Amino acid sequence: MIQNANPQAEPILTVRNLTTRFRTDRGLVTAVDDVSFDIVAGETVGIVGESGCGKTVTSKSIMRLLPEHVTRIDPRSRIMFRGNNLATASEKTMREVRGDQIAMIFQEPMTSLNPVFQIGWQIEEALKYHTNLNRAQRRQRAIEMLRLVEIPNPERRVREYPHQLSGGMRQRVMIAIALCCEPDILIADEPTTALDVTIQAQILNLMEGLKRKLNTAIVLITHNLGVVAQVCDRVLVMYAGRVIESGTVHDIFHRPQHPYTQALLESIPKRGKREHGKRLPTIPGIVPSLHELPPGCRFAERCRYKQEKCVNEEPELLESGDGRSYRCFFPLTQAPVAPTVEGR
Amino acid sequence: MWSFILRRLLYNIPVYLGIILLVMALLRVRNPVYAYLGKNADEKQVEQFEKSFGLQDPFIVQYGHFLWNGARLDFGESWKYKGTTVREKLLTSIPPSLSITVPALILTTMISITVGLISAFYRGRWIDRLLVIAAVLGMSISFLVYIIFGQFVGAFLPKQAGWALQPFEISGYKPWYTMASTDIFGVTVPYPSHISPGTWVAFCLLPVLISVIVSMGYDTRFYRAVMVEECNRDYIITAKAKGATKNKIMFVHMLKNAMIPIITRIMTTLPFLITGSILLEIFFGIPGMGRTLITAITDMDYPMIQGFTAVIALLYILSIILTDVLYALVDPRVRLS
Repeated sequence: MIQNANPQAEPILTVRNLTTRFRTDRGLVTAVDDVSFDIVAGETVGIVGESGCGKTVTSKSIMRLLPEHVTRIDPRSRIMFRGNNLATASEKTMREVRGDQIAMIFQEPMTSLNPVFQIGWQIEEALKYHTNLNRAQRRQRAIEMLRLVEIPNPERRVREYPHQLSGGMRQRVMIAIALCCEPDILIADEPTTALDVTIQAQILNLMEGLKRKLNTAIVLITHNLGVVAQVCDRVLVMYAGRVIESGTVHDIFHRPQHPYTQALLESIPKRGKREHGKRLPTIPGIVPSLHELPPGCRFAERCRYKQEKCVNEEPELLESGDGRSYRCFFPLTQAPVAPTVEGR
Repeated sequence: MWSFILRRLLYNIPVYLGIILLVMALLRVRNPVYAYLGKNADEKQVEQFEKSFGLQDPFIVQYGHFLWNGARLDFGESWKYKGTTVREKLLTSIPPSLSITVPALILTTMISITVGLISAFYRGRWIDRLLVIAAVLGMSISFLVYIIFGQFVGAFLPKQAGWALQPFEISGYKPWYTMASTDIFGVTVPYPSHISPGTWVAFCLLPVLISVIVSMGYDTRFYRAVMVEECNRDYIITAKAKGATKNKIMFVHMLKNAMIPIITRIMTTLPFLITGSILLEIFFGIPGMGRTLITAITDMDYPMIQGFTAVIALLYILSIILTDVLYALVDPRVRLS
């Protein structure tokens, strides 16, 4: 369990022991296993990990957007939000939460907007469900939102269709839809992955700015550690459905405790430090299949510090006193450590 | 848009002329006169017949004649029904066809789109399985079984047993409305002056229901496939994440996107609205266009075949142009240019 960066603040979202299973042809698969974390108003939490580690399933479980007939959120999971447990809440409660209190944007701006409706209509739709504004007021608000996400000529753009906008513009529209009801939490599932690098930076800056303006907490799901370093306050590192390390961005980047986090950090290309002719470090091996998880530590197979204990026993998520936690028998630095000690 | 329609019409003129050319040429591969008079006809008879119908003119002249007269909806006189023009035959056989095909199309489309939507939305669950099984069953049973069963249970049994409720006639057709006309500013405007729903039910409802049951199987499966594809689109998740209800997602987000394949399917069946369902018209003794055309073919009634084909081809071309226009109306990405 992670503690808040600011221990005084009440968390607005508390996730405890979130476990989500999928029914597949080869049997039940646990895509998200016992994940717990808190979100405090106005903060940005990053969830990072390789493809298939459970980041997206975690976020869609919170919004209950997974296809119902093949997924099952374990009844012991608790997703506490404004006094409701979203893990078991009725579909009606979920509809009131979705788009109004918790909003979401997705990876593919090219396909996430409905191609046959004007973008103004698509923003107004969310307002129609969650506010009492009349038609003219909704249109007004839609224009305002487009202006807020820095789309030029919003009065004209509201009447345009998605195919008339570029990818970056469409992601701005998605952000406008997500933020039009001023939600407490914005879940951004790889919002910049499908965009060019220059547009990525613009979108991230925009999200940063709006977060400050509207005091929205952001859950940023990404596999890009550079993005995390740029915008997040705290980070959860996931591996094969589990949280393996969490803490503040500063701690994670400067003193990673888990060998997986360390390996991830090493595989980021670094400006200036690049040694010509040398390959970028990679992590050998692949993520274990969720159908055949090893009995011990899920990362043991690929870990350079692996010992016998790691293969046979699974480590618990340990909390160290300074608000971070890790799931490793042999953490890289014993907390608390002096900040000067080289972590890797 | 108007310039688009005009251009499409112009492009299709050569296509249409080609169709007419082909039909007329095919009908003249063997001398149509022998086909009509029989191979024992003597030369005098043949010559007289050829003269009276202009069959001695060169082919190109006949072709020109047909086009020129056709443009004024004059396709000549039927060989079989002396004294009756092809135009009269067309005008009397279209309403019975429409009385069955239009209600059948509307019912089939509305029911099968709804069923397809529900089936797709709950795909893989019991309600979907049930609907798919019903659809496959419906389309696997022969048209004729439905006709015979319907006539027996719906019409024959109640009459035989003398039940109070005898909703259907076994076969036949009576006009279920009478036409009158009125003069508005000197223009004669026809309008249905009296409508009798009972007559329509008695003669048309049974064939309509059979047509609905048979085509629903195919249509439901088609619309289900279209909708399943829509269900997996990213914007459906976006709509759900906005707080949309299931009904809004199905009937607003999915349906509008699915309109393109739906329109294509409906429009391709439009010409068949007029031509009617040949089987149903024959078995129920309905004097519609399908039955009239089949009779004309077996009777070697050449002017009828030419006239009917010309009209059907024209309707087909018009419906294809209309399809393109409708695409542009439902899909903003389609530009008519």
